[in-house]
Formats: sequence, structure tokens, C-alpha cells
Amino acid sequence: MRKDLLGIGDLSRDEIYRILDTADAMREIGERPIKKVPTLRGKTVVNLFYEPSTRTRTSFEIAEKRLSADTLNIAVASSSVQKGETLADTAMNIEAMSPDMIVLRHASSGACHLLARICRSRIINAGDGMHEHPTQALLDAYTIRQHKKTIRGLKVAIVGDLLHSRVLRSNVLLLTKLGADVWVCGPPTLVPAGIERLGVRVSTSVEEAIADADVVMMLRIQQERMQGAYFPSLREYFNLFGMTVERVSRAKPDVIIMHPGPMNRGVEIASEVADGPYSVVLEQVANGVAVRMAVLYLLAGGVEDEAAA
Amino acid sequence: MKRLLKGGRVVDPVNRRDGMFDLLIDGERIARVGKDLEADGQTVVVPVPTGLVITPGLIDMHVHLREPGQEHKETVATGTAAAVAGGFTAVACMPNTSPVNDNAGVTEYILKKAADAGLARVYPIGAVSRGQNGEQLADIAELRQAGCVAVTDDGRPVATALLMRRALEYTQMFGMPVIEHCEEPTLKADGVAHEGFHASTLGLRGIPGEAESIMALRDVSLAELTGGVVHIAHMSARQTLDAVRYGKHRGVRVTCEVTPHHFVLTDEYLGSPVPYDTNTKMNPPLREAADRDAMLQGIADGSVDVIATDHAPHHYDEKQVEFDRAPFGITGLETAVSLCFDRLVHGGVISLSRLIELLAVNPARILRLTGGSLSEGAPADISILAPDLRVTVSVAAMRSRSKNTPFGGWSLRGGVVATIVGGRGVYLNKEFQDLRMSGYEDFRI
Repeated sequence: MRKDLLGIGDLSRDEIYRILDTADAMREIGERPIKKVPTLRGKTVVNLFYEPSTRTRTSFEIAEKRLSADTLNIAVASSSVQKGETLADTAMNIEAMSPDMIVLRHASSGACHLLARICRSRIINAGDGMHEHPTQALLDAYTIRQHKKTIRGLKVAIVGDLLHSRVLRSNVLLLTKLGADVWVCGPPTLVPAGIERLGVRVSTSVEEAIADADVVMMLRIQQERMQGAYFPSLREYFNLFGMTVERVSRAKPDVIIMHPGPMNRGVEIASEVADGPYSVVLEQVANGVAVRMAVLYLLAGGVEDEAAA
Repeated sequence: MKRLLKGGRVVDPVNRRDGMFDLLIDGERIARVGKDLEADGQTVVVPVPTGLVITPGLIDMHVHLREPGQEHKETVATGTAAAVAGGFTAVACMPNTSPVNDNAGVTEYILKKAADAGLARVYPIGAVSRGQNGEQLADIAELRQAGCVAVTDDGRPVATALLMRRALEYTQMFGMPVIEHCEEPTLKADGVAHEGFHASTLGLRGIPGEAESIMALRDVSLAELTGGVVHIAHMSARQTLDAVRYGKHRGVRVTCEVTPHHFVLTDEYLGSPVPYDTNTKMNPPLREAADRDAMLQGIADGSVDVIATDHAPHHYDEKQVEFDRAPFGITGLETAVSLCFDRLVHGGVISLSRLIELLAVNPARILRLTGGSLSEGAPADISILAPDLRVTVSVAAMRSRSKNTPFGGWSLRGGVVATIVGGRGVYLNKEFQDLRMSGYEDFRI
């Protein structure tokens, strides 16, 4: 395994499969009455979060604790960043206390790359700006594989704010690497330039994108990133792109609907869909712990066989 | 004191010279240029090693010396030391200092610092608008009187079409060009990199080429309306070059420049070899291959008038941050000549003579400076270059106070041997110590 996990872009197909296979063993730990193994005993993991996050931070923390790591959460209010010390200085200060891993969430794309250059500690990217969110894509792939056995050949439609989404970028990289037929869909104002060069089909018609899809992945409309007028109103957005029961009926009967959370009900997804039988949203959350355990474990230098022990 | 440079290839496009000539320097001026000149008793003969080229002193018409106000990035002294080490005998410095160079006091301060340093000549460029605020014209006559050779609000565009119109009209009294940093602010918005595949995959906010070309077209139109003289700074987008060509075709008084980094690098460097290297962040941004190729084409076909570096020093601490928080800009003075030789001359894009037009003749013409030629009687501002010198770019050895360059470690063919300003040796490359032994003991290193 490499030193850091900065993005799916760096991972080979074999490395991805190794993480997913390891997550299987980790998932089993979560089903035991005593959900703890000594694997990372004596290892220190710092969760350094520059952006508010409930799901990802909690998920990492549970994963770390189940592996018996010593964990430390540092939440940096974004308001203090302006006058406070630089990311590089903060990182070097944390580094001076010899942690083994730093899990970083940051609003700037590439912030984890800066840390990786400075720090000897292993860096895990828990979301950097609009760039990548690799553990999210890994848990999404894990969830898809649970339901569909394989990812190769599946039609996956990703719908929403493509431009600002790190979840999109990580998922596109991962799913195309594993051979899925990936469609991305959103208003033209929210389609990143040149995205088709990643091997995806781009459509502005949600009906076309989800026709016969095996997997539909909804992206959050990130209202905090909507300073520009990318579309006229949330109402019009929902009318054009919102995932309704009627639209879901165009997909395959056994379609699964995914969402990285937090959901804006009635904006990108109707409640009937979010709570419907095809929704795997909560499974994604559950699987997040197993996948993050796998990542932590493999980065710490583990071997699959030991994990199951 | 007289010195006779014997044995170099003299490339002097203004005087249509390109061949083996001797060059006699008498004090501060060039006394004679000719074949087989004889040295009298008081003349020191400096044999120039085979393969070297003697050219008019190079002029970089777009640098940021940062003084006054940002001396932690650069000073006039360190900036001009970088200039002469890069083969430049003169630089024109941008007014976005702190305070802004919008009055004679700041201009005179810069010129005093330049005189104290005694290295390259410094030609200040004044602000178009007071405080570069884009509201009211600066006192342009006063700036002119104090020594400014052009006006610009560089770092930002001249804010409104009306103010640009007024500037293009007003400056005609003084025969000064208005230099424009082309950028449509609402289209650039909070962009940090060229809008395209690489910015998209790296999750960086994009700046389309049209943010630049729209403003260039505005200015070309206003120059046509007013008869004023506009110079388009640091072009990066192919559409901008087309806007300049359109203007030239219509007889508009428009000229333009391109930086070495825009004809060498592309936005691919945002992601490799060092992902999110803040030394690939500049404004205008590195664009895609089609734009880079268009710049090379424009250099080859004569559409581009000038190569300027947009030398923009920033302190290490300022660049050692998240990509979107880092300031725009890289240094350029000490890498320009090597990049030009390597990519343009050895790359077969242009001749050496054409390169000297871009680096010396045209900047002097546009800014109406005395340099740009090796005419007899002209100030002895001379660059001695080595087209075939193997250069490995050493960031540690750079004289600029800031080291923000993406070219560290690059191997390039072509470099600087010596720089002479007003007959005084102000830089000598360590690899050519023999020149010092034979008469240029006043070379400062």
C-alpha cells in the first residue's frame, strides 16, 4: 500500500479491489457483540476537519476506535482560518507529536497534497474542496458490489451538481476504472469543462441518464456553494432534475438509489424516493465504517489475513 | 577607458547586423562596431570565446519589483540583480506596489533605489487610475515628468470602458502606451486556473480564455475609437491573440507580449509532476496546449511583439499554502533567456535575430527607450549570451529574493554569459571567468 490515500486517481484497480475485499472482513467485526480488534493499538490517528462534517467524521472515528487506534478530533472553525496559522504550520505542529495518520477534511482542493508533501504521517483525504472524496467513492463501490455482485458493465447515472462535487470526481474515476458505464447529468451550468474526457457520457436529460440504469447516484445541491446563479430556483431544479418515483420507474426494476448525504429532500430527491425500497442510503452509511476501517488498516501496513483474525 | 570586444557574433537587428564584428566600448557608450577593429594603446582587448553572441541589452517590459511596500518579496536591488543575471540590462516595473505608483513621489523613490543598486536600468510604469481603483485618472503628466514610460493598472484591468477610453485619449499628449492586463472580472470571478479538463479533475475553479479576450477586444476597439496606443500584457489565450491580430489588421495601434511560461507550460502542469504546485498558479493562468501552440505560432508569424516575463516574486510562506489561497505569479527574470533559446531558437520557432527583436528591439520601440540597438553612440547596454550553454536551473542560486519558479531543476540549452550596462560589467556568469581576467575586472557578481 502507498503512503497516503489522497484520491482514487492514484489507485490501481487492484488496490481498489484490495480495499473492497478487506472491507468485507472489517464489516464482520462490526457485527460482533464486542466490536473491537486490537489491530491499530498504539497507533495515533488525528482527524483534522476544517469543514463541518457529521457523517464522515463520525464514520472515521468509529472505524478508528473499532481498530483500537488512539483518536484525536480537531475541528477548526473556518472563521478562524483567516487570521490563524497556516495549514502547513498546523500540520507541522501536529506532526511534531508523531501521529501515525492524519485524516484531513478541507475546503481547498489539493490541501491533502500539501499535507502529504510536508508530513511523514500518512494522510487520508476525507474530502478536499471540489477535488476528491475517495473513501466515499470506495464505500459507494462497496455498496454497489453488495447489491450487484460486480461493477463491470453496470449503467450508473450520477445526477446533480457535478461542478462542485468531490463525490462526483472520485466516483467517476473509480467506476470507470472498474468498467461501469457512467452517465453524468445536471444543468449545463454545473457540468465541469472537459468531464467527458474521463470516459463518461454527459446528458442534460435526467430521463435519458437514468433510462435502464442499474444504479442512480444523487448529488447534493450544495446551496453553500451556489453564490453564482447556476439555475433559476430550487423549484425549477427539482422539476428538471429532482429524483421522483416517476423518474425512478425508467430505471431497471432492481435499481438502487444512492446519496452521499446530507440530503436536501424536495430539492434533488423526493422523500418517497429517499425512503423508498430501492434506497440504499443508510447502507452506504453503515458500509462507510467498514471501508474506512479497511483503508486505515491497509495504510497502517496490514495484511488481509490478519484482519479477519 | 576603452574596451574592444573581439570575436563575438553580433546580432543587432536595428542595424541589420548578424555576423562576426568587433565592438568598441568607450566609457559609457558604444564607439564603433565593425570588422577587425584595431586597439590603440589605451584599449583593453576582450577576446570573446567562440560561440558567444553579443546583442543589444535585453529589456523586460513587465516585472514586479515590489518596492515600495512588499520588500519581503523583492526589492529594486534584488530584482535588478536578478535582471542582470538573466541578461536584462533594463526592466520596466509595474505600479502595483504599496503605495501604488500613482504619483511622482513613488516614481522618484523607485528611481533612487535603482540608482543606488546600480545594476539594471529601471523604467517605472505608472498607474492609469489613482490607487489603481479604476475611478479617476492618476496624474499622468506628473508621472511622465518623474520618469514613467507607460501607464497600467496591472494586476487588474482598467475597470470601465469609459476610463480606458479616457486613458487612451489622455496619454496621447505624452506618446505613452496604456498597458492592459486583460481580464473580465465577472467572468474570471473566483477562478484560479484555466477552465478545462485539468482544472475540472483537480477541482479548481476555472477561468476561461474569453475572460481575457473579451477585454482585449474592448481595448482594441477603444484604441481604434481614440487613436490611442494600447499594449496587451501577458497574453495567454488564443482568442486574445486573434483579437490583437484583428486590431493590427485594421491598423489599430496595438502591440502585445507573451511570457515564457505561457509558451512553454500548459495547464497539465497543475497536476504533475507536483500536484497543486502553487508555482503553476499565475494570472493569467497556464492554458491548454492549443493556446500554448497559438502563442508559439504568434511568435513565429510576427503577431507577437514582445516577450516579457511578468516576473512576480512571492515569498515562500505565501506560496506554501492551499492552491486556491496562494497568490498568483512566478518569477521569470532568471529563466527567460534559457527558455527562449531552448524552446524558440533551438526549437526552430524563430531565428536568434527575431528573438532579439522580441526581447530588446520591440520593448524599446513600444516604450520609446533609447536601448534596443548596438548603434554607434548609443549607451553601451549589451548582453553577451551563450546559445549552446547547458544550463540546469538552480533555484538556490537565484538572485531574486523570491524563489517561486516552476522551472527549478530544468535542463535547458542556452544561457547568459555577461551583462553590461552603460559600459559597466554588472554580471558575469561564473563559468566564464576568463572574460574577467582579460579586462572586465569591474564585473560584479
